[in-house]
Amino acid sequence: MEQPLTHITPPGRFSTGIREIWQYRELFYFFTWRDIKVKYKQTTLGFLWAILQPLGMMLLFTLLFSKTWKTDTGPLNYPLFVLSGLILWNLFSSSVSHAGESMIQHAGIIRKIYFPRMIIPGSAVLVSLFDFLMGLLIFIVFCLVYKQPLHWYSLPFFMAGIILVLLAGFGAGTFLSALNVKYRDFRYTIPFLLQVLFFSAQVIYPLSVVKQPWLVNLLALNPVNGAIELFRAGLTGGPVNYSLVLTGLAATILILLTGIYYFRKTEAYFADIA
Amino acid sequence: MKPAIEIKNLGKQYMLQEAPPYIALRDVISQPLKKLFNPAASKVNTFWALQDINLRIEPGERVGIIGRNGAGKSTLLKIISRITPPSTGEAFIRGRVGSLLEVGTGFHPELTGRENIYLNGSILGLKKAEINRQLEAIIDFSGVEKFIDSPLKHYSSGMQLRLAFSVAAHLEPEILLIDEVLAVGDLEFQKKCLGKMEEVSKKDGRTILFVSHNMSYITSLCSKAMLLDKGKLTETGTPVDIINSYISSLSENKSQNNKENNNHSSPVKFISIKAFNTEGVQSDSFSSDKSFKIEMQYSVLEEGHIIWLGYNIFNNQGVNIFDTHSIQTAEYNTPHAVGEYVACATIPGNLFNTGVYFIGCAAFNHLKQTIHFHQKDALAINIYDRFDVTNARGMSPGDFPGVIRPLLKWQIEKI
Repeated sequence: MEQPLTHITPPGRFSTGIREIWQYRELFYFFTWRDIKVKYKQTTLGFLWAILQPLGMMLLFTLLFSKTWKTDTGPLNYPLFVLSGLILWNLFSSSVSHAGESMIQHAGIIRKIYFPRMIIPGSAVLVSLFDFLMGLLIFIVFCLVYKQPLHWYSLPFFMAGIILVLLAGFGAGTFLSALNVKYRDFRYTIPFLLQVLFFSAQVIYPLSVVKQPWLVNLLALNPVNGAIELFRAGLTGGPVNYSLVLTGLAATILILLTGIYYFRKTEAYFADIA
Repeated sequence: MKPAIEIKNLGKQYMLQEAPPYIALRDVISQPLKKLFNPAASKVNTFWALQDINLRIEPGERVGIIGRNGAGKSTLLKIISRITPPSTGEAFIRGRVGSLLEVGTGFHPELTGRENIYLNGSILGLKKAEINRQLEAIIDFSGVEKFIDSPLKHYSSGMQLRLAFSVAAHLEPEILLIDEVLAVGDLEFQKKCLGKMEEVSKKDGRTILFVSHNMSYITSLCSKAMLLDKGKLTETGTPVDIINSYISSLSENKSQNNKENNNHSSPVKFISIKAFNTEGVQSDSFSSDKSFKIEMQYSVLEEGHIIWLGYNIFNNQGVNIFDTHSIQTAEYNTPHAVGEYVACATIPGNLFNTGVYFIGCAAFNHLKQTIHFHQKDALAINIYDRFDVTNARGMSPGDFPGVIRPLLKWQIEKI
């Protein structure tokens, strides 16, 4: 029987390593499965916790923006408007922060066992996706409550929005996770970065309230804006601001490539410095 | 057949920094400023943990790697298991590599024993189907069947270890890397593991690379040994030969250092210390059932001193096993004449356990509170078990616990 041959050499040219990740797909699955299982085991409120947070935020913002400061959110009423933004935002922010911390949390394993390292931030993003799906269920319930019609044709828009957020979250997360291994104090900047991104995304306000075109173009660089745009347009069947989406897509691709490139470039030495 | 492991000109270079290897962003920002004022401060030193390693390991060979701490043993295993990349050279590995660099990696306290088997197994490189197939055997081997569906946090540390070992023992890679894992766990379980390891290596022709400080494991488990010294592969041969040259390299270094420690004003000078087997041949390695002699030579430069001689014996954990003084000699009460002397103590067989021991020697007089010389760790010896003779181990395999291992007289009577 021919044995598999492994050729070990000093780190060489860049490759994405996707084939190897595919070989290790079971480990990918087990890491994700473990984190979801542990998360929902540790908190008795597990599932409830995943939905209480966006619901609480929704309540707060609804009180502030639909009662105190009247905001025009088009055909969507404010609670649905803000909830749709919040669940997508949470997917992004928890992907970034969990993936960003993930390499340091797994330092013990990294020092002892070889596997494609990108599985670690990757599974952190999948765990966030699981939480998002819980939130999405609640969102659908609220759509029924508020008699918001849901159509099949919305589905591709939803999917496109979610995929955009996932790719951006994974890209930023891998980049930050590699930076975090190398520069241990980098993690303190993550909450600040996320806060800036939160207020620059059309989560709690519609982008239509921003009157300066240059500012809109600047905000479009935040991929979450394009993703929310797609999601809400799918929901209402309204027009899509494609320049917003395309700018967001371009930014996402840039973030993704930078993240993967930097991660792959430094990953060989994680075991030495983690 | 092609070799299982083939390594060519392999080297690994590390950066030496005063600070921890990872850095803080604030240092990156403040570093250029520091450099401006103190250019020498930021010089980065490098060192080669491994250099010019060339080796071939055939399928089915069980190779022990011996060397001092920092010789590069673990780095070599890390490169072969791909945890860290080499800086130069290349390696070809034929077959799946399983490493027992640390057992229980990835265990999670909140998951049940069964869930942890799947998780740990897949981290160690088992496919889910393989785990399914081996699950019963793993649970059975671990001896924690009753608790297998309760969370790991309710296990004792011993139980966690058993479970971890059990998963590791059921790995079926063609190449198994082991780094000092046998030193843990209770005795009964250790025996079980060692037995299992011998079984898989002999029966299935698995290739094993084994790093240990326990020389008796190397002799009992390995068919071949390699000596690493300061990152270089200095010798390859049979385990007994390699252990002997390792031991003598240890004592050479020590006595060279010690010669310079001779006190110049002292009337008694240390010359040498050597060990001899029962046939009178100088050696560093002795079968545990045989007695051996330790001889020290010294010269006396002044008349009129009553000189006591002594040896102190330490094991490789630094435990002082015993001290012995020259009490039953004429020189214990009468002064030495000027001249050169040799003092000899016979260590009986069946006293030491297996392993490496360090012997120091001294000339002194407690009553006068004088120490003429004290050579610490002047000699290193290795005690090993031969399998064709009776020793205090009897038929027990694996590590035999205890600091010493005397052969005692036992009697059993029916009452």
